[in-house]
Amino acid sequence: MGHGAGGRLFAELLDTVIGPIIGADPVAEDAAVVAVDGVGVVVSTDSFVVTPHDFPGGDIGSLAVHGTVNDVAMRGARPVALTLAYIVEEGFPVADLARITASAACAAAGAGVAIVTGDTKVVERGGADGIYINTTGIGELLPGAVVTAAGADPGDAVLVSGPVGRHGAAVMAAREGFAFDLRSDSCALNTMVEDMITAAGRDVHVLRDATRGGIAAVLNELAFASGVGIAIDESAVAVPDQVAAICDVLGIDPFHLACEGTLVAVVAPDAADDVLTAMRARPEGRGAHRIGVVTNTHVGRVTARTALGATRIVDMPLGEQLPRIC
Amino acid sequence: MRTAERTAQRIELHGIVQGVGFRPYVYRLARDCGIAGQVYNAGGDVVIEALGSNEDLESFMNRLPRETPPGAVITTMVSTPFDAQVGKRFSIGPSVAARTAAHGLTPDLATCDDCLLELFDPGDRRYRYPFLNCSSCGPRASVVEALPYDRERTTMRRFTLCPDCRGEYENPADRRFHAEPIACPACGPRLSWSGGSEEGAALAAAVRTVAAGGLIAVKGVGGYQLVCDAADEDAIARVRAVKSRPVKALAVMVPDVGGAMAAARLSDAELRLMREAARPIVLAESRGSLPRQLAPGSDRIGLFLPYSPLHHLLLTDLDRPLVVSSANLRGEPMIVDDEIAFKLGPSVDGILAHDRPIAARYDDSVAQVVDGRPRLLRRARGYAPAPIPIPDMVAKPLLAVGAQRKHTCALAVADQAVLGPHNGDLASAQAFASFTGTVDRLSRLCGADPVAVAHDLHPGYLSTQYAEGLKGLDRVGVQHHHAHVVACAAEHGVPAPFVGVAYDGLGYGSDGELWGGEVMVADYTGFERTGRFAMAPMPGGERAAERPARMAMGYLFGPEPGLGKVDLGYARGFLNQMDGQEVALIRRMIERGVHSPRISSAGRLFDAAASLLGLCDDNTFEGEAAMRLEAAARDHGGRALPWQITRRDGLWVLDPAVTLQALLVEARTRPIGQVAARFHAAIVEATATLVMITADRAGTDRVCLGGGVFANRILAEGLMDLLRGQGFEVYLGERVPPGDGGIAYGQVAILAARLARQGAS
Ligand SMILES: [Fe+3]
Ligand SMILES: [Mg+2]
Ligand SMILES: [Zn+2]
Ligand SMILES: [Zn+2]
Repeated sequence: MGHGAGGRLFAELLDTVIGPIIGADPVAEDAAVVAVDGVGVVVSTDSFVVTPHDFPGGDIGSLAVHGTVNDVAMRGARPVALTLAYIVEEGFPVADLARITASAACAAAGAGVAIVTGDTKVVERGGADGIYINTTGIGELLPGAVVTAAGADPGDAVLVSGPVGRHGAAVMAAREGFAFDLRSDSCALNTMVEDMITAAGRDVHVLRDATRGGIAAVLNELAFASGVGIAIDESAVAVPDQVAAICDVLGIDPFHLACEGTLVAVVAPDAADDVLTAMRARPEGRGAHRIGVVTNTHVGRVTARTALGATRIVDMPLGEQLPRIC
Repeated sequence: MRTAERTAQRIELHGIVQGVGFRPYVYRLARDCGIAGQVYNAGGDVVIEALGSNEDLESFMNRLPRETPPGAVITTMVSTPFDAQVGKRFSIGPSVAARTAAHGLTPDLATCDDCLLELFDPGDRRYRYPFLNCSSCGPRASVVEALPYDRERTTMRRFTLCPDCRGEYENPADRRFHAEPIACPACGPRLSWSGGSEEGAALAAAVRTVAAGGLIAVKGVGGYQLVCDAADEDAIARVRAVKSRPVKALAVMVPDVGGAMAAARLSDAELRLMREAARPIVLAESRGSLPRQLAPGSDRIGLFLPYSPLHHLLLTDLDRPLVVSSANLRGEPMIVDDEIAFKLGPSVDGILAHDRPIAARYDDSVAQVVDGRPRLLRRARGYAPAPIPIPDMVAKPLLAVGAQRKHTCALAVADQAVLGPHNGDLASAQAFASFTGTVDRLSRLCGADPVAVAHDLHPGYLSTQYAEGLKGLDRVGVQHHHAHVVACAAEHGVPAPFVGVAYDGLGYGSDGELWGGEVMVADYTGFERTGRFAMAPMPGGERAAERPARMAMGYLFGPEPGLGKVDLGYARGFLNQMDGQEVALIRRMIERGVHSPRISSAGRLFDAAASLLGLCDDNTFEGEAAMRLEAAARDHGGRALPWQITRRDGLWVLDPAVTLQALLVEARTRPIGQVAARFHAAIVEATATLVMITADRAGTDRVCLGGGVFANRILAEGLMDLLRGQGFEVYLGERVPPGDGGIAYGQVAILAARLARQGAS
């Protein structure tokens, strides 16, 4: 299966194989809202299989915490508790397990979230690639938050909290041994999200962390889910020089690279400045900026105005490297 | 006086017989031959009921297909005895309803000789009028909004005919009888200059600006064009800046055939091609009299003749070769919209526009003569959307959505395919809109609601995704290279089975691998691959297609396991002149398989060869490396470099290692051009061998060539000569381009054949 990198093939798998069996909503949110005694509880789960386990800017432990904390936060919720489950390959160094656990604990503390339970299973040699981690998070909806992937309206502003592509580029460089000065953006976004909701309440329409498939996948998903078009200005999207450099070498579109501490927000036009101010007040949102606008043309599609003034279609990444030039 | 027996015939004519002044032509011919009866339009066909003596009738029917007006094409002429009453005189009868509307799609036609005389006749009321035309010439496809083709369904409907024009329009004996875009200075469209001065003053301002070395935008027939003096290097540099195209060849419009002959060595076939009513850009051998910057790295130049009154006026007044190049931003289609054109304002010295809207975008067509025959490389203005027959009749309309770049789409109705104009690269939002607009427009013009759609297998093509999104249509995936060779076979009506040779950059294979150098046994419904090129990594995917130097490293560092390797010692010279850090990175990518999809491609091998010979490390436009390799090889000869074919997993595989190594060795001591020529010869010989093995097995001696690599004349002509010498019949696209512009036509022919076979079983 070439479905790993998150994109068109993965979306297809979800639509055709997994979704129908569990009766899932075709609009895939990263987290679900469940009513418990009339109170909105947000639940999200994710498994982490990154290679290498350590990369500049983080490791699989901190990543597993940030990923799930962020997924809960992207529904407009305050994450409160996490579970932490390991699948460990026989022979995996105990010291590494301890270090990864310490990193996860530190990340959870930093995000203000408690790790409340966990599990460890050991599988035989070759049954796993060292260590896999699953985290499940629960959170409570923030007062006044109404955030869904389908919430984008024409005219809304599209914001991004920082430069894109840092996590994917850092992991790739570390894995393949390419010498670039790159650092993952992995961090918890829940506090910044609280500040954004405080600043603008229900004027924050959509929040997505631009993880698998990068901002290209996230923008396409929300254009589809909201039944709108999204027009961005390519040069407004900050791409760090070193990310651009490795993308040029590898022939990758930086818009397709995963971020782990960068979110895309769609907000009512009048609230955009307030939300940007709230974001920029936090270190993880210091580079927040406006990248585009929601439109009622090109419905379901993302278009980018290039530096040359042309307009290109920003497609979902295909999930594997698949050139088109004939 | 005539005592001979009188007989009647009903003559049915198919082809391009409407919108070209056909009925007035028949009317005059019938009167001239002493024939009674009538002529009328029936749907897109023309029907003649003719009564006369056997002798007169014979002469009429003999002359009928021979003296047709320019632009008319009779594909079939069926005559049957007729016994109904026929009038005493000959008349033009009322049109009857469509049988199949697809016949009525007429392309734009170049200004005819009669109109040209009027244009420059000071006594004529249309003297120097930039929009004159008649029933034999003028805009068609670019102004028609719906069928049947009548003025009120063209963008000319906003101009009310003056009494003089109306008189001509309604008089069957006038050569402007029912010329739908008819116009004159009193009632027709007007020129403007940068939104201001009108008519004569506008043209004069434009002429003055170009004469002074300026760059202007001109609203042509099918879109805006950039125009400047072709001898002015500064102006040429500005055209390139506007288009962000540092190198790609720019077309040159010459005032007349003499101007063309001064700029290029033209064969008779090339001259004839240049004078076709479509007036394509013809690629021909440059004499070097115009600046090299027009076509850097090429030994050829694209020339064409004026085709609209406006172009005639510009060329006559300026009396020199002009760059006339479509106005577009890089990656975007030609501008048709006045508002968008005005955004060019700051980068040009003026915009010569007019108030006749463009209903559909038609780029200038591009053609070349290969093996003595005219071959379109880009089928657009003047050719599209004239229907092209397909071998299998379709019961219900079918759609084909084409590929991704050089995009076209096609619609099949009855036994014809309507191949739409060039849309460009679908990754551009404008091009994509042009594509979906063309689908709607062709469906409307043909009155056809497609019931099934054919698309490429490539999941990343936006055309594939569009097809997947269509509701209520049956969907059929067609392999890219099968579509390429069927496009050739269907155009020539080649009986199946045949050997298909698809030499291409990249296409998605039936097995999910990337293909691009395929030899196959094929028919119209399927194919069996018998030969391929060796696989090589594309380090960085599309980056490798843009940078031939990467492909060269792909072949050096990542040869297909089990096949030959190039001794890297011979590549030292090549590698040493590259950036060491880049070489290390690319090598690491290849060895670790990072973003280096493997492809078996003829096009990529030509790229690699060009880079290894130092001819081109970066493609600034598609096909640049191959073009430079071909240009270098021109006028050189010599025996083929060694080549090798290996049997692997049931396929014959062209292993390029031995050829590339010999190329590196020879290039140390021999002229590059000679090595390039010998590389071509090696591919020709190896391909002919693959064809012979395949043909033997399939029991056929018919060979169909397809894929963009066959734009290369040395390869195409060399292969055709060699195979013909072995007794093969060899075909290559003429009206249907060999590259991806022909994919949609191949797809629709395959879909039609599959449905026909289903229906039969
Ligand atoms: Fe192709
Ligand atoms: Mg997640
Ligand atoms: Zn005329
Ligand atoms: Zn008039």
